[in-house]
Order: sequence, then structure tokens, then C-alpha cells
Amino acid sequence: MSGISRRRFLAGSIAGCAATTLCGTQKALAAGSFTGYPEGMGVLVDLTRCIGCRSCEAACNKEQNLPAPAKPFDDMSVFDERFHGGTQMRRPDENAYTVVNRYEPEGGGKPVYRKVQCNHCNEPACLTSCFVNAYTKTQEGAVVYNPKICVGCRNCMIACPFNIPGYSYSSAFNPVVKKCIFCHETRLKNGRPPACVEICPQQALTFGKRKDMIKIAHQRILNEPGRYVDHLYGEKELGGTGWMYLSSVAFEQVGFDTTTGNEPIIANVKDFLGTVPMVLAIWPALFTGFHLLAKRKDGHGHDDDHAGDHSAAHGEEEDKS
Amino acid sequence: MRPTLLLHTLGIALIGLLCAASVVAAAPTGGPGQVKLDRLASLFDAVSFDHAAHVEIAGDCASCHHHTTGDGAGGGRCARCHAQSPKSTVVACRDCHDADPFSAVQLERKADDRWQYHVDKPGLKAAYHWNCLGCHENSGGPTGCEDCHTRNAAGDAFYKSGAFAPKAAASASHH
Ligand code: SF4
Ligand code: SF4
Repeated sequence: MSGISRRRFLAGSIAGCAATTLCGTQKALAAGSFTGYPEGMGVLVDLTRCIGCRSCEAACNKEQNLPAPAKPFDDMSVFDERFHGGTQMRRPDENAYTVVNRYEPEGGGKPVYRKVQCNHCNEPACLTSCFVNAYTKTQEGAVVYNPKICVGCRNCMIACPFNIPGYSYSSAFNPVVKKCIFCHETRLKNGRPPACVEICPQQALTFGKRKDMIKIAHQRILNEPGRYVDHLYGEKELGGTGWMYLSSVAFEQVGFDTTTGNEPIIANVKDFLGTVPMVLAIWPALFTGFHLLAKRKDGHGHDDDHAGDHSAAHGEEEDKS
Repeated sequence: MRPTLLLHTLGIALIGLLCAASVVAAAPTGGPGQVKLDRLASLFDAVSFDHAAHVEIAGDCASCHHHTTGDGAGGGRCARCHAQSPKSTVVACRDCHDADPFSAVQLERKADDRWQYHVDKPGLKAAYHWNCLGCHENSGGPTGCEDCHTRNAAGDAFYKSGAFAPKAAASASHH
């Protein structure tokens, strides 16, 4: 629901901006027919294996040189934290590219833990919505961004159906979006598994080619039908995601949006984006739009929760490009 | 795939920890008495696993050592292919469960694996934890990370705990 409203709003605002400047040039968007790299890597997250140890969070913090957390990574009281009037659990932000949340399944039983991070969509909405082309879907399957190009417009934050990109206010002159990059720079592109996958004591995270992850997931369901819901979340949703999920309980019970449909968001915005030229002339109009977008977003309560008040200045992400 | 499933379905499974770095002393059962597990030594002190005591509890080698000592490849899905297989000569976990299941080399090897049931075989760390935790949960054994693993200073730094715990109050008053 929120995805759809955001999407419509995004599409509408971009169309509006484009109309005010009326450019004839069509920006060639390869994204329109892009269906992901067939040999790209993926991660199969098996919620039935996760024990909520938060080691993955610690590993990510170290690997990505993120600022110190508000609480130690062995402090399990974070599972009780709620935001936005008690409705929202922790979410990844610019200081933590991944978080683990705990859910008490309906009807009792053991708690279920769910790791949250960028899902590395086959057809990323962030990439499509980015008008300066800061985002790239790499052939290894990662959705990465170039902080040098990012102008901090936050369009991607609104476009993302999973509310993933966080926003760094650390520098007024270089505000950038930040999120899980699949450890692309330090690991993925060198053929190594992400830090979070490597540390996991339970192999709740299985790493390999996305197409192999799909096979393995269905094999697990087939072999233990009583253990799993018969669905691989992310195989089809929104055109498919690089990170996919198996669960023992209904996905909506553990915080997944099961209303996304299988159409990539790109299908909703590409027509509009195709008419947006990359010229300075339209920036004022765009920024007006973004301001409205930001306000609208706040009103809907979709903004990232900067839990724990990470107000201390933190280092810029190292620029490796 | 098969060993994965076997591990899970065998709720009774105990500790397949023979795979460790060093066997400290022999037990009367023929198995080792103590086994030192130091794969996670970068963050935790080595675990001294009391194999002899667990032999007493489990009673049957095959509770942990599927496909190896004990009763051979019995049970569930393994038996579909392995009912007639001879007992394996492999005993140590690490001889089948890879310490680096997702390295490029391992992924390549799995891509060529025509025994497709085995492509989802758990790595060494998962084999340990599933076996230990699975049984400890069912039998009321300790299940906390530090019940078995004593964290060292590097571990404290990694988890931002102990001496490395964030000084939240101090930084808040700073502003
Ligand atoms: S893939 Fe890398 S950046 Fe993403 S959550 Fe895991 S450790 Fe963090
Ligand atoms: S490291 Fe693995 S078991 Fe621990 S919280 Fe993360 S996904 Fe779950």
C-alpha cells in the first residue's frame, strides 16, 4: 500500500517536473528492458535458522567502517525497541546497513528473527529513480551507488519499496544516501561472500548465484514441507530480488510487505523518467518536488527512524572509486 | 542437501564436534575425551569440548556422527541413496563440512556437483552449531553464545561490548 502510494506520487511528481521544462530528448534508459544479470549473486535468508545473535550486524559495522552503535551488538534489548508510536521495529539506516528484528509468531512458538538489509533488486527502483545516475546494478548482483555523484536528493529513499536507503547528514556539502552494498567493493567483486554471510554461525544466510539460491530454496521446501511456508519471498516480488527469504510463518507476520506484486517498480516510473533530461535547468523544479516529497513522506511516517540518536559526527564512507 | 536435512530431522542429534583442531586425551569409549575447538579463535577462546561426557549422554555415536561411525547412513532422506552404502571412513566433521562453504573455489565445486542433494550441505560452523544448539534446545542445555564461547578482547571489540561498549551517555551529554 505504502509502496503504491509512493510510487504514484513519485511518478506524478517527476511527470510534473518534466512537463514544466518540456524537453524533447529521450534519455536512453537501458533499465526499461533490464531483467537482472543471470549470473548475478544472491543470498538465501532462511528465517528458520536465524537465532538472533546479531553477529551479522557486528560484521557489517566492521566491514563497512560504520560509526559505533548506540548499544553493544550483544545487547538483545534492541529487539524491544519500537518507533513511530510503537508500530515500527528497527530499520537499517546510514549508521547500520543491516538490523535483525525479533517477531513473536501468532499462536505462540519460538520467536522468529529476521535480518533486514538492501534486497538488491533485479530492477532497482532506487536506480531508476536516481536522476543523476548515482546507482549501478553490478554484474555480480549488487546495487551500489557512487557517493561522489549522489546529490542527496533522497529520491531513491522514496522510491525504494523496502524503505532501505538511509541518509547521511554528516556533511552539509556532501549529503549522501547510504545503504548495504552487498560488500561489493571489499568482497563481492573479488568473489568473496559478504561479511554478514561469513560470520553467521547458523548459516541462516546462504550465498551463491541467485539462480542456484532459487533451486536450493525450493529444494528445502520440498524436503521439509512442514518447516516452511511454500513461498520464496523475493523470487518474483517486484521483478525479483537478489536477497530472498524462506520462513516458517506467514511472511506478513514477520514484517514483509506481501502486497508488492511481481511487477518491478520500474514499470511504473520508466515512462516518466525517460522524458527527464539531465540538465541543470530543471533542477529548481525538481528540488521543489523533492521538498514536497520529503514532507509527504514524513507525513506518512515512512521516514527512516534514526534510532538511538546517532548525532555524533561520523566518518564519511571511504571513497574507493 | 541430505546431511543438512538429516541434522535437522535428527532432533536427538548431539554434538558432531570431533572435527576440531586437536584431540586432547583419549576416552575409554575409543573416542577422544576432550576436543579443542578453535576455529573462531579470532573472536573467542577455544572451546574445550568434553567429548567423553557427551558420549555418555548421547549413548550412540550415530546421534552426531551420521555417515561415519555408528550405524551408517540410516534414517530419512539419506537412506534413499545411501541405504546400501558402506560405512564411511570419515569421522571428523571438517572432512565433509567445509570451513569456507561460500568461497569462490567451493561455489565453483558445487556448480559442478552432479550429486545435487549435496550442494546445500552446511558448512563446518553451521554443522557444529546446528548439532550442538539443536540438542541443547531440546534437552535444556545451555544455548547462549557465551555459555560455550568465552569472548576475547578482539571479540569484545567486534561486538562493541565489554571495554569497547559505546559510551552512549557520555556522547549524549557532549552536545
Ligand atoms: S552484505 Fe555487506 S553491507 Fe550488506 S548487510 Fe551484509 S555486511 Fe553489510
Ligand atoms: S548472524 Fe546469522 S543467526 Fe545471527 S542474527 Fe545474523 S542471520 Fe541470524
